[in-house]
Amino acid sequence: MWGGRPLSCGNRLLGVLGSRCRGARAQAARFTGRAEIQFNWTPQTKPWVFSDYRIMWFKSYRMTFACLSRMKIHRFYFIYLFMRDTWRESETKAEGQPGSSQVWDLIPGSGSHPEPKADAQLLSHPGVPKYPWTRLYSTSQTTVDSNEIKTFLALAHRWWDEQGVYAPLHSMNDLRVPFIRDNLLKTVAHHQPGKPLSGMKILDVGCGGGLLTEPLGRLGASVIGIDPVDENIKTAQHHKSFDPVLDKRIEYRVGSLEEIVQETAETFDAVVASEVVEHVIDLETFIQCCCEVLKPGGSLFITTINKTQLSYALGIVFAEQIAGIVPKGTHTWEKFISPEKLESILESNGLSVQTVTGMLYNPLSGYWNWSENTSLNYAAHAVKSKAQEHPVPAEFVFKGETEELRDKDSTDSTNPGVQEELKK
Amino acid sequence: MAARLAASRWRAPPAAAGPGPLLSCRRWSGARADAVYDVVVSGGGLVGAAMACALGYDIHFHDKKILLLEAGPKKVWEKLPETYSNRVSSISPGSATLLSSFGAWDHICNMRYRAFRRMQVWDACSEALIMFDKDNLDDMGYIVENDVIMRALTKQLEAASDRVTVLYRSKAVGYTWPYPFTMADSSPWVHITLGDGSTLQTKLLVGADGHNSGVRQAAGIQNISWNYDQSAVVATLHLSEATENNVAWQRFLPSGPIALLPLSDTLSSLVWSTSHEHAAELVSMDEEKFVDAINSAFWSDANHTDFIDSAGAMLQYAVAFLKPTKVSARQLPPSVARVDAKSRVLFPLGLGHAAEYVRPRLALIGDAAHRVHPLAGQGVNMGFGDVSSLVHHLSAAAFNGKDLGSMSHLTGYETDRQRHNTALLAATDLLKRLYSTSATPLVLLRTWGLQATNAVSPLKEQIMAFASK
Repeated sequence: MWGGRPLSCGNRLLGVLGSRCRGARAQAARFTGRAEIQFNWTPQTKPWVFSDYRIMWFKSYRMTFACLSRMKIHRFYFIYLFMRDTWRESETKAEGQPGSSQVWDLIPGSGSHPEPKADAQLLSHPGVPKYPWTRLYSTSQTTVDSNEIKTFLALAHRWWDEQGVYAPLHSMNDLRVPFIRDNLLKTVAHHQPGKPLSGMKILDVGCGGGLLTEPLGRLGASVIGIDPVDENIKTAQHHKSFDPVLDKRIEYRVGSLEEIVQETAETFDAVVASEVVEHVIDLETFIQCCCEVLKPGGSLFITTINKTQLSYALGIVFAEQIAGIVPKGTHTWEKFISPEKLESILESNGLSVQTVTGMLYNPLSGYWNWSENTSLNYAAHAVKSKAQEHPVPAEFVFKGETEELRDKDSTDSTNPGVQEELKK
Repeated sequence: MAARLAASRWRAPPAAAGPGPLLSCRRWSGARADAVYDVVVSGGGLVGAAMACALGYDIHFHDKKILLLEAGPKKVWEKLPETYSNRVSSISPGSATLLSSFGAWDHICNMRYRAFRRMQVWDACSEALIMFDKDNLDDMGYIVENDVIMRALTKQLEAASDRVTVLYRSKAVGYTWPYPFTMADSSPWVHITLGDGSTLQTKLLVGADGHNSGVRQAAGIQNISWNYDQSAVVATLHLSEATENNVAWQRFLPSGPIALLPLSDTLSSLVWSTSHEHAAELVSMDEEKFVDAINSAFWSDANHTDFIDSAGAMLQYAVAFLKPTKVSARQLPPSVARVDAKSRVLFPLGLGHAAEYVRPRLALIGDAAHRVHPLAGQGVNMGFGDVSSLVHHLSAAAFNGKDLGSMSHLTGYETDRQRHNTALLAATDLLKRLYSTSATPLVLLRTWGLQATNAVSPLKEQIMAFASK
């Protein structure tokens, strides 16, 4: 599918193309309407991305076009679709919208959706999903082809293939588990040998297939893993069901962070958001929710990718398109966040940043290393302040904070990433 | 990426997984009821018991479940027997460190052992010799009976019974290996079927069941092996007079090496590797003839030739000229008076090396992974070295919350140990072949080689350091 076999990068590319061709041919035969194509593609890319189907979909169309150019029958129709997409994309860019509404136009039955600019007011209303894209899953699931479910299941199982597509994430555990473990052990005086994190409650946001949740469970913590993708939770649930010890310590739930904020306020010793914040639309709210569910003195662990020219060149062009280390369309460079910006968001939400360290992946050996340089991947550890004044209502803080941050960004001109953002 | 390219064997299910698909259906229904162990060590010999012990006393394994499967019965021991056992091992300082890390060495010290400070190895066909000793005459190694080591390990296992379970008289008859990654409805653990029909599941299976390893065969791991045309005769000998007896002696006869290892002031253990016929003869001949054979093997110069003698003397003068300080004259081992009745036993020798030490959820240690000629006294030390390395890797993995059967740290163990073991196996095999002949050119080569090595102290120190690990 995504080149999950141990092939060289050239072969991997061909493999991906080939599989796409096979998939595309099967789907083109069943082709009736434009919307159907969009759904036939969606499940293949679902497990990796939480949001922003637009970019991925655009890229998938490019791939489709390349494959189907050999099939002369539908070529011209796809050219038409391709041109229409490009035109729409350029339009939305000019308007300055994040463009999520475009995808919604195409989903039958999606109904009304909130305008991005009205988010601030809507988010404060109970009952409205905080992330507009969560609805995407509920509507798309009802119209997914049953054949697609099979292919989707095969892909969802790829989570636990240590030599497959998710191999870099598996080997990242060698860095992030000690990072979390050691920083949490600093906060306790004694720990049980064999179960160093026992007695701790940890929340793993965006747990995916449970790659990071399981090691934390093995170290003795009680972990709750949440993920908006149902299939991921199923895979994770299935995988932990074989181990009686983990079965008791880990709990998985489908959903987003906002859905559980009310019931789990101030209950977690640590929140882990690893490789998540670069997929999130509204980082401010995300961090705020993380802060709300943390106990005073609790820790927030984030690993993500920096927004630099180097991360574009290596993280997107090389890793996704050339070497195939990361499946195509996983990341969008606009969503990457620089450590300075992340730090400012964390500090403004009452989380004091303890450490920010860079991580470096060696694609030849398959191992990660810590690094002084944070221009690619980095990990951050922040602690929620213990002294608590009366919490300010959410929407008031939110509006005030965004204005503050905009002022902060305009004065902070050292980071090239921030400069790029200002240019937009 | 290179790691992924080289990892094709990680994906292919092993050849012996034929009954896998069928068994997996049956497994699914009954699987949930079986206990899932974290580590199962198959084989309760010296190396297997040491592995189970080391894991049981490791701090990061405190809440893990470990099982040791031993096919034989539990040995009951009221007190230390007066007579020494004829199977002894030379324990290197590295192995002694491992044994003391989980408290077994204290038990050994309370029972009996013999430290030796010097080792003399010399040729039967020339005057060349090599003398190993440490600068300050520290203990170079220890001669301990296998039974004593086993007793110490069993005591420590009993003390750790809340973490380590030992099943005696349990022989595993079947193994079922998991698929490369979790597929719907297949258990990711290794399933072991015991002789009495019960089944176990484990996250990591450690094979320590000797050179005819059932685990290795069931996994389909290729084993490079050949039999030497030699058998080893062991016996417990009484020396003619009590001496300090802290030297280990080994002489290379054309038929094979003969070694005398100190056990006490008056007792020594014999290990004589020779041809199958001669070994059978030695075991069946009378005591006096046997004793005479041993003494003449150590003392007789019948195999010397003038040519080799003069060539050797030439090199000795050159060495003495360049390095006049250290002169090692050939010493003679103590003479043997009697042999313990019924202590003469023989066993065949061979070489073996597994092509892979690890597979997903499987690791081989000890003789299951490698089998060596006893001429260097390294067999059990290599096994203890495997235990050391594997426990180190597993401990680090457990502290990182990793799945114990994951190849990422198992390959670290394999790389570590294959490097060391392959070198030692190759060197031992080379020495055995080199010293099995009395052809003049080879004798000349090895005479000069031995004398030169003896003269170069840093080289000797390197050899000792490598063998002491």
